[in-house]
Amino acid sequence: MNLSVKIGTLTLQNPVTVASGTFGYGVEYSQLINLNQLGAVVVKGIRLGPVRGNPTPRTVEVTSGLINAIGLQGPGVDGFIRKYWPFLKALKVPTIINIWGTTVEEYAEVARRFDALGGVGALELNVSCPNIKEGGAQFGTDVRLLSQVVGACRKVTKLPLITKLSPNVVSIAPYAKAAEAAGSDALSIMNSFPAMAIDIETRRPRLANVTGGLTGPCIKPIAIKLVWEAAKAVRIPIIGMGGIQSTADAIEFLMAGATAVAVGTANFYEPQTALQVIAGLRQFMQQNRIKDLRELIGSVQTRK
Amino acid sequence: MVEQTVQIVSNEREADLYFRLVVRAPGIAPLVQPGQFAHVRILPLREALLRRPFSIFQVSGSTLSILYKTIGKGTEVLSRMRPGEELSMIGPLGHGFTVPPPSGETPLLVAGGYGMAALYLLAQRSPQKGIVFVGGRRRVDILCEEEFRALGWEVRVTTEDGSYGEKGLLTEALLTELKRRTPGRKLFACGPSPMLKAVGRLAAEFDLQAELSLDEHMGCGIGVCLACVVPIKAGDSWEYRRTCTEGPVFDSRQVAWEAAK
Repeated sequence: MNLSVKIGTLTLQNPVTVASGTFGYGVEYSQLINLNQLGAVVVKGIRLGPVRGNPTPRTVEVTSGLINAIGLQGPGVDGFIRKYWPFLKALKVPTIINIWGTTVEEYAEVARRFDALGGVGALELNVSCPNIKEGGAQFGTDVRLLSQVVGACRKVTKLPLITKLSPNVVSIAPYAKAAEAAGSDALSIMNSFPAMAIDIETRRPRLANVTGGLTGPCIKPIAIKLVWEAAKAVRIPIIGMGGIQSTADAIEFLMAGATAVAVGTANFYEPQTALQVIAGLRQFMQQNRIKDLRELIGSVQTRK
Repeated sequence: MVEQTVQIVSNEREADLYFRLVVRAPGIAPLVQPGQFAHVRILPLREALLRRPFSIFQVSGSTLSILYKTIGKGTEVLSRMRPGEELSMIGPLGHGFTVPPPSGETPLLVAGGYGMAALYLLAQRSPQKGIVFVGGRRRVDILCEEEFRALGWEVRVTTEDGSYGEKGLLTEALLTELKRRTPGRKLFACGPSPMLKAVGRLAAEFDLQAELSLDEHMGCGIGVCLACVVPIKAGDSWEYRRTCTEGPVFDSRQVAWEAAK
């Protein structure tokens, strides 16, 4: 039985990864799960320098979901390399590093730094975080800027580039095509949805940042549709994500056209989810006599 | 840190909105240090996804107990669960209180309401017995007083409505005691933020060390989501630190209360 898939030149032993920002830098989960069973570890978004992040409250739980406005708090490139890279480097599975910046030049510089580091599995370009004033989603909701960011990073590295798209666009196809044309090896679909919640007693927003990004099982059907649309528009592989908490959820993404998947918010409440999905995929393939996971990819039948 | 399925031994109403939950958690209970917490997934909650953090109150062999107040949907659903039912628990988590060394400082514990629960293990494991200051709005908010007395500690109770103990604020009773300026004391506090701030101010005024257990909205409980951060001094500036990992207990002099507003 073959579960391995390719993201550009990177081979994953199975298609189950974790979503950036829901898995810290891997080490935090190492006491609870065997990280070497994952398809890849994907770390929280890193820009050149340290980032303090947004004031609290930063999260609010909503029906079947979570709204967050963390603000990409992080140690910056040097802090990450010093504190977390020695651990990640020693893992048997690849590390995908999620990067961002406030200018095209900063994206390229961060990409160059991680290219020079050696041993990185792939870079994921975060052009879609809804919770920061500059950078993030401004690059992911403008086709021209998106092409520039991907193109600038492409110039400085041969590492596989994965562009993480924003769901907050009228149609995802032109963005998917633009990233592909600018040299992206794969797409991550998708980041969180801009969202808001209000405390009706105080009439105050639930988040200090007022708005945030919605994640969790409540967004899954929307993500499935975006993956399906993007898969029809491009030839490069897609990593599908949005509310996965079971094997069935992951299979839906694969059938919609994703080559790999990422478990996100579920890591917060059930750290075993990704490993359970991997075991569940094997079982599903066995029961359905599927020898190669690739038989599932894009296998949804939309014609009657 | 261990994740395990734990079985409810008992889950009884203590008083008013307060409940006492006892679970069999052989992988977690023996590891617990004072001031640490457990992150609990209440499976019947279904569409409320996140785990709920609770201070660990008492530990006995393979069981541990939690004292909680029904304040929302999570704790309400929990309060209806019966012995034999199961919860998923990750614990023990967080950086707790420093147990004073033998012939070290005498602890003064300051507990707002069910903040008492987070301080019990410290009282039990401290070589020196001190004084517990416990305050609440009404008599019914004063919990586990007898359990502290049973450890040989002095308990001073204040209620805001005067229905039990001394009338007034907990910090007023603490101030009265601190004015005696008995040397070799250290403060340990758990309760609502305004109370913790006031304890921090008193500690500064009387030049005492104080360890405060802080509370902030929590997501994952193990340090990845960065939801539960509080502003902590770093060099001549400050940075956000996680209550689930670097905390919940911080030295009061390290907390940058004014920073993040």
